[in-house]
Amino acid sequence: MKPTKNEDYNVQQSNGYIIAFSAILTVILGGLLAFSAIGLKPMQDMQVALDTQKKILGAVMELKEGDDVPAIYEERIESLVVNAQGEEISEVDGAPVVAEDVEVGKQFKLSPEDRLYPVYKLKTQGGNQAEAYILPVYGNGLWDNIWGYIALENDLKTVKGVSFDHAGETPGLGARITSVDVQERFKGKKIYNEVGELVAVRMVKGETGDPSIYGENEVDGLSGATITAVGVNSMLESYLGYYKPYLEKVSGNAISQVNSESKELTFNN
Amino acid sequence: MSAETEVLDQLIEKSKPSEAAFSKRRKKLISDPLNDDNPITVQVLGICSALAVTTQMSPTLIMAISVVFVIVFANLIISLLRNLIPNRVRIIVQLAVIATLVTLVDQVLKAYFFDAWKELTVFVGLIITNCIVMGRLEAFALGNKPYDSILDGLGSGLGYAWIILAIAFFRELLGSGAVFGFKVFEAIGIESFPNNGLMVNPVGAFIILGLIIWVQRTKTGYVEQ
Repeated sequence: MKPTKNEDYNVQQSNGYIIAFSAILTVILGGLLAFSAIGLKPMQDMQVALDTQKKILGAVMELKEGDDVPAIYEERIESLVVNAQGEEISEVDGAPVVAEDVEVGKQFKLSPEDRLYPVYKLKTQGGNQAEAYILPVYGNGLWDNIWGYIALENDLKTVKGVSFDHAGETPGLGARITSVDVQERFKGKKIYNEVGELVAVRMVKGETGDPSIYGENEVDGLSGATITAVGVNSMLESYLGYYKPYLEKVSGNAISQVNSESKELTFNN
Repeated sequence: MSAETEVLDQLIEKSKPSEAAFSKRRKKLISDPLNDDNPITVQVLGICSALAVTTQMSPTLIMAISVVFVIVFANLIISLLRNLIPNRVRIIVQLAVIATLVTLVDQVLKAYFFDAWKELTVFVGLIITNCIVMGRLEAFALGNKPYDSILDGLGSGLGYAWIILAIAFFRELLGSGAVFGFKVFEAIGIESFPNNGLMVNPVGAFIILGLIIWVQRTKTGYVEQ
């Protein structure tokens, strides 16, 4: 880029020219980015919402390519929000809360007792019985946050399925928590140990590929991604702990319904 | 490009009023980076992303397309502006153009290829620091006409693309027994193909890349100077 005239060259080296050039370039490039961000926003929001529904359903069923995810979601999922005491709440400071709009990632920054905890109930096909409870979980991986959903059978003890996601785990290593074969390992595991303590499900250190050697509260680990696996463990343990009051309330209700007759008898005595 | 060929090129350009769209010289702009002057295997640029994104074919393909897009358009824009850009701030101007293009790619991926975006967004952002892109702007686009710059960008982009796709092919095949997610070994009847965990690691990419460089340099006779 040899300048043809010396005058041109001098003009181009002057501070005024450089500042003006930079300012114009910044406005053009910035404007371009702003327009594209606004133009693509609706599409991106839709993708994020669809992704959330996929993740919620993904914890309890296998979605095939081409499934009408919003329709299935509408039909099968009933959502509610509970607080740290396990009480269902419908509004916060006068504004109604919708489970789907609760951003678990933002809630994660509050202290556990101030957070809102969404619960997604999977209803039986055509019926209104709760078939499974899907609970969002959130935690820290190696590089960034990890999150997902854990689905419990309606006994509230057995894992029906999990689905995990992450912001920046290493592809091929920590990012494997999103793969089906890793998530499959959690199915049928128990979140309580033999003496009835809530221990969640733990990924062991190391990876053997042999599911038969692990107990009811353990699954195979992630080779090369131990820190991500530890993150998954603490995420599951802490969040199941936060949901414990709600889980106890739900299972308590079920028991008290059965026991209500015997209770009446006791009163009569 | 040596001084002699430059003189030769000028002579050619003078003798013919307009150069053919795919003259020999222009074909070389595309074909050189594919093999003899490959950005990854010969210039050894862009190694970081070649190791990071190549565990599977499909994200690698999207990454390759993104890089080609960014190089071509950054080359075009810088070439169009080459007589306006003040010399003292040219690097930051190049950086601004690249960063804008990369952000655009990232936003479009998020809107239309959400699943791939989730996996790749970290690396798409890192295209900004991919030495290949800036190297082409500095070495070529600042001193050449727009059309030539597009061809040069296309050449370098494709040179990058085929190498990372080749690495991804072997890594996915040996590491997960699949190509584009399609289970190859199961399809041909080998049910118990042991996946090679090394290939899922970046170390596997180093080994594959080393082998590719070896084979290539044996064929081209290129020697590091």
